[in-house]
Amino acid sequence: MNITRRHVLLLLPAAAVAWKSVLAGTPESAPNYTMTDHWWGMLIDVSKCIGCGNCVRACQAENDVPDGFFRTWVEEYHRTDWHLDRPQVISPDGGKEGFPPVSEDPDGIYFFVPKLCNHCADSPCTQVCPVGATFITPDGVVLIDQKYCMGCGYCVQACPYGCRYIHPTKHVADKCTLCYHRITKGLTTACCEACPTGARQLADLKNPKDPIHEFLRTHTVHILKPDMATGAKVFYNDLDGSVR
Amino acid sequence: MSVLKDAGHLFRFVGIFVVLFLIFLVVRGFVVPKTFGEYGHYRAAAIGEIAANPLHFAGHQACAECHADIVATKAAGAHAHVNCEACHGPLEGHVENPAAVVPVLPNTATLCVRCHEASAARPKGFPQVVAAEHANGVACETCHNPHSPAIGSGSNAGGAQ
Repeated sequence: MNITRRHVLLLLPAAAVAWKSVLAGTPESAPNYTMTDHWWGMLIDVSKCIGCGNCVRACQAENDVPDGFFRTWVEEYHRTDWHLDRPQVISPDGGKEGFPPVSEDPDGIYFFVPKLCNHCADSPCTQVCPVGATFITPDGVVLIDQKYCMGCGYCVQACPYGCRYIHPTKHVADKCTLCYHRITKGLTTACCEACPTGARQLADLKNPKDPIHEFLRTHTVHILKPDMATGAKVFYNDLDGSVR
Repeated sequence: MSVLKDAGHLFRFVGIFVVLFLIFLVVRGFVVPKTFGEYGHYRAAAIGEIAANPLHFAGHQACAECHADIVATKAAGAHAHVNCEACHGPLEGHVENPAAVVPVLPNTATLCVRCHEASAARPKGFPQVVAAEHANGVACETCHNPHSPAIGSGSNAGGAQ
């Protein structure tokens, strides 16, 4: 058969497609872990949080979070009866070393609110990324591909919860991974591991045996900024209306 | 046929377009990362890379494998649900190599007050003391065994762990 220029031209696209599949290779897979079997979230029981800062320190140790930046942090709220919607919020060094003791306020309440990435099902941060460097995994964890991120900071601005920052030395976006390297191995997150009161609990919403389901059925839980329809998966129990 | 005879310049135009498209496909094959688009508009391999991050906290299960006695003491007291590494810190290194990485005993002077120093912000039912009044400088573990903190469990009661 005579190969004409036309034949070559016809064959080239087929060759390109074939080569592409060679380049793609086989995807990496973790043994005994099927992403589609899980849908991760977290339960935070505000009424159990004692503001010790264990979670913040644990997170920084587990994930090498640079000083002054936080993947999780704790806020102390002081909500008075005069300003129900204007609480005073402090978070000295993210609550890492705890909080200065406060005395009883007859006209208001104090309480702690731990915060972290809400791993939103419809996250604004993943929608604004111009290069596809941040995404939600099939098991519901919002992650950052730091090799692909170019550090533009759009996602930092887009997160309504302020959970992202630009890493000071890597110059890429960084945030809570819900300890993805731990939960895929059957461990709980570092913050949940270190929480002495069980105020934080990792929850697998796709696991029918997870205690989260009974808890959600028997308690009235809230998410932060529900009006933004982010599909946040960090559920707060006993959350005061002043928390934003 | 006479129509096609005059359309030669169009075929050349289409030819150039096809060649440029093929160059685009080849360049794209080089610059688009492997596994991009496997699950969505991102590099699927990034998931595996993040999952391969090193552990620092070993988890309570790992502690219990060797320190079953302490876990039993703990299970009997108020600290039953406090994981070992909540106080002792991240110790995956110790699990990997118990001889080389020896945990530093936490200082109860700073450790206990982190949770138990009285503050109106803590939940009401949580046991709290004003350390300065409560102990008057006596170390916490004198009366309380940190693993099971009921009174009389401390070192001067002979129940220390």
